[in-house]
Amino acid sequence: MSQAHLELHEHPGEPRRGFITHVLAAGIGLLVGTVPAFAGLAFFLDPIMRKKKSGGGDGFLKMPVTLEALEINGQPQLVKIIMDRVDAWNTYLNQPVGSVYLRRTDKDKVVAFNSSCPHLGCMVDYKAADRIYFCPCHTSAFGEDGTKQNDIPPRGLDTLDVDIRNGTEVWVKFQNFRATTPDKIPVG
Amino acid sequence: MNALINWLDDRTGFKKLLHEALYENIPGGARWRYVWGSTLVFTFSIQVITGLFLWTAYSPSTTTAWESVYYIQNHMQYGWLVRGLHHFSAQAMTVLLALHLMQVVIDGAYKAPREINFWLGLILMQIVLGLGLTGYLLPWDQKGYYATRVSTEIMGATPVVGSQLQQLAQGGPEYGHHTLTRFFAMHAGILPGTLIAFLVLHIAVFRRHGITVPDPDRAPAATFWPDQVLKDAVACLAVLVTVLTLTIWKGAELAAPADPSEAYSAARPEWYFLFLFQFLRFAWVEKLGIPFGAIYVPGALMAILAALPIIGRWRAGHVLNVLFMMVMMLGIAGLTGLALYNDANDPDFQASVKQAHLEAIRVEELAKRPAGIPLEGAVSLLRNDPKTQGPRLFARNCAPCHRYDGHDSTGHDVVKIVQKEEHGPKERLVEKPTATDLGNFGSPEWIKSVITDFKGTFAALENVKDKEGNVAESSKHFLEGEMASWSTSHANHWRSDPKNEQALADLVAFLYSQSKPLGKSGSSDEALKRGRQIFETGKLPVGKFETNCIDCHSLQPVGEDKLLGEVGAGPTLTNYGGERWLREFLSNAGHEKYYGSNNAMPAFGGRLLDQELDLLVRWMVGDYE
Repeated sequence: MSQAHLELHEHPGEPRRGFITHVLAAGIGLLVGTVPAFAGLAFFLDPIMRKKKSGGGDGFLKMPVTLEALEINGQPQLVKIIMDRVDAWNTYLNQPVGSVYLRRTDKDKVVAFNSSCPHLGCMVDYKAADRIYFCPCHTSAFGEDGTKQNDIPPRGLDTLDVDIRNGTEVWVKFQNFRATTPDKIPVG
Repeated sequence: MNALINWLDDRTGFKKLLHEALYENIPGGARWRYVWGSTLVFTFSIQVITGLFLWTAYSPSTTTAWESVYYIQNHMQYGWLVRGLHHFSAQAMTVLLALHLMQVVIDGAYKAPREINFWLGLILMQIVLGLGLTGYLLPWDQKGYYATRVSTEIMGATPVVGSQLQQLAQGGPEYGHHTLTRFFAMHAGILPGTLIAFLVLHIAVFRRHGITVPDPDRAPAATFWPDQVLKDAVACLAVLVTVLTLTIWKGAELAAPADPSEAYSAARPEWYFLFLFQFLRFAWVEKLGIPFGAIYVPGALMAILAALPIIGRWRAGHVLNVLFMMVMMLGIAGLTGLALYNDANDPDFQASVKQAHLEAIRVEELAKRPAGIPLEGAVSLLRNDPKTQGPRLFARNCAPCHRYDGHDSTGHDVVKIVQKEEHGPKERLVEKPTATDLGNFGSPEWIKSVITDFKGTFAALENVKDKEGNVAESSKHFLEGEMASWSTSHANHWRSDPKNEQALADLVAFLYSQSKPLGKSGSSDEALKRGRQIFETGKLPVGKFETNCIDCHSLQPVGEDKLLGEVGAGPTLTNYGGERWLREFLSNAGHEKYYGSNNAMPAFGGRLLDQELDLLVRWMVGDYE
């Protein structure tokens, strides 16, 4: 049925008006449709456009263990990281936000590993019997010094900066790093 | 390209579909009167798009709903735009719905063979109204909370199954987390899903019967694309521009967070339900009961609407239908207008709207502090805020006698509503204060006025009358007491010499400094020292007091151990107008340190909770962020 009207519409007398009508109908139709879609999309992109607020200070946190409490080359100590956490509209005070393994390697030297597996972000366990860090998710394994023991993780455990202050205090700069990459890239 | 299109068409047959969709025949040519259905589809699309994006940031629970909406509106990029589009498109949809319905009735598009489609349209209308109603609650602000409470109470008034219906809607006997999860599931899932299903049917049946053309010979026939599409697109553009203008100009409102323990006297339903609100307020409707006004009458109107295709079969049916439509629309418009008119001329309602607006601004101000919003929700920000709670406490406890800058401190007049006969006209009488206006209490102006014009400052006490209509004895004690006479007899001292005027300013500055925690009020140390000397010795640059301040009043200056004067005749002025003085005075003004046996003010120590007293006092002295 429409064929007849199509011909009728494409009357040779007014091709110009017909063309303008086509362009306007398509143009305005497209415009009204895309405005809400683009507004929504711009809104959705909020997380990647948001500037991260710097925490202030040098980023080092005092650990709840002292240097003496750690045995030289002894079993690594798992320590929870307690920080204030901003989650959208809420600010949580003193929340556990992650954990680190602390291991004393010398009289005044402590090594800290972020406990997140660099493979895909699960938390690694320390297996005292085998003296390895082991990830329960995809069986990544790391030696006591953090080096990878199989080909599953892309890199060794992520070391964190440690500072010994006033002779006995252990301070750690807590950071998370992106998983899956061979290089250590801080998150955020 | 062509090969690809043909390949796809072979497998899907999309060309035919597209052709059918685009080249629908329109006898008589494209016309503006056909645009309403398309604008409705368009606004619904806006709602789906913006709604899905809002969904990515909304959190339905009583402690996070307002908070997430606040965060969308104030902290997320273009959140105000997406929410504004959603908010105002919802209202545009209601207007367009009414226009579409009117156009269908006027053009007789409901008549055979299009009855089914008309009924499908009526179902769609109910769904859209349901979307508006459920969406209104989701921000969990005072406005939405109280308006929706009314709706669910009406639901509860349904005969037989009311209570069950209400509990199903609320997710329990009271409002809580599950009220929001249920309303959200309705608003974002069940209702739009149903709407899409009915919309598909509506459009399919519409296409089956074609457009209803009043005069097919008006112009040569056209096709949907591009002639009608252009008109539809222009109409949609007009809708979009209107919605965008409202979003930018007004913005989607977010009232203070819902608080079931605080009255919200600015409560109104969304404007398109105002007619029903106004209808329910008529005395005669009230008398007939809630189910009559809120269920039976709207139900009957819907039933008549549904019967239009049947009525339309009679010869005069169509005229009758158009008439019914017009009367109903005029009635709705009239009731809406009346509701708006009444509210605009109701000073109490206007004051409530203003107060609600200020509270909405205040809670945003508090939420934007670095501490953020506490886990128990933003409502606690207002509950613990002296600036919000102070005026409310004053209005409830102090305003029966006192005023604050002429009103009850929340901006409302103190009124008595008198109704001489049952269902008769209500008269609004502004009550006279029976105690002093405390709008500038404790300020230097206040102190100066107490010293120089004691009787004038406390003149409102004359409004306290005994049974014979004379000024009450308790007020006379006060207004004709020693301080009143002192103030009158010393009035000339201040005027007699410009140096004495300065002395008065010093005395006032000294007393005012006592209300401050550190005794610092911005005056110079010399001025405070001079003021203190006058307080102690009564010596003025020219002349001296006959009776000294410390002959009646005691005062322990800030940071000193020694009491000047003795506790006794007059109220103590230690920390006068400050937190401690106010707390003690409000707790028990009849204590011998204060008014003693002259007191006529109730002791609020036992009436208010400690926390309430604290909020009231901190507000009065301005101790808040």
